[in-house]
Amino acid sequence: MNEGAVKKIMYVNRKAPYGTIYALESLEVVLIAAAFDQDVSLVFMDDGVYQLKKGHQTKGIEVKNFQPTYRALDDYDINKLYVEKEALQARGLSAEDMCVPVEVKSAAEIGKLMEEQDVLLSF
Amino acid sequence: MLHIVNKSPLERSTLDSCLAAAQPGAAVLLIEDGVYGATRGNAAEAKLRAALANLEIYVLAPDLEARGMAQQLAEGVKPIDYAGFVELVVQHKNCQSWL
Repeated sequence: MNEGAVKKIMYVNRKAPYGTIYALESLEVVLIAAAFDQDVSLVFMDDGVYQLKKGHQTKGIEVKNFQPTYRALDDYDINKLYVEKEALQARGLSAEDMCVPVEVKSAAEIGKLMEEQDVLLSF
Repeated sequence: MLHIVNKSPLERSTLDSCLAAAQPGAAVLLIEDGVYGATRGNAAEAKLRAALANLEIYVLAPDLEARGMAQQLAEGVKPIDYAGFVELVVQHKNCQSWL
């Protein structure tokens, strides 16, 4: 690919927040990479949908609440956020439970989007 | 005895393992990502409801709140704080963590 060409980069988030460091690490990489003006999308599948569940209150576990950062993504022109429909259903959640505007897509639809990417980063 | 589960039931099978082994009258405490197992609408909810018939099931409230799931707590599961966690450990003869 030519130098300076825009690549399609997808971040695939499949872990619940706080129980492991994956969700926070993904967010850090997304924010760093946002400086490079690429075609970025974020996918939330499996337990990853819990990252966007509204209302995190982490005072009791003395861990930083990084949920507000998801609302800042739009400021970095990162606004393609896809959430897996089947994952929401298996967890009793819906798009209204998400802390930011998202597009709900089936696993198969997300799979199609994956095929269009230049790079997939998995967390 | 006290059983402790700290993994999401949709990510690992430790809740299943715990519920299969736990004897009537035992206590089960869900902590960290394990708290998702005690939320309404979760695919594991039916299993949990069945288990409530002969097990005492507790959930660590700070972990539930951190994940924004306090409003979805399944009926019959008792929320406790860290002091309650210590109390449970003291009350029981022994403890198995299903890591």
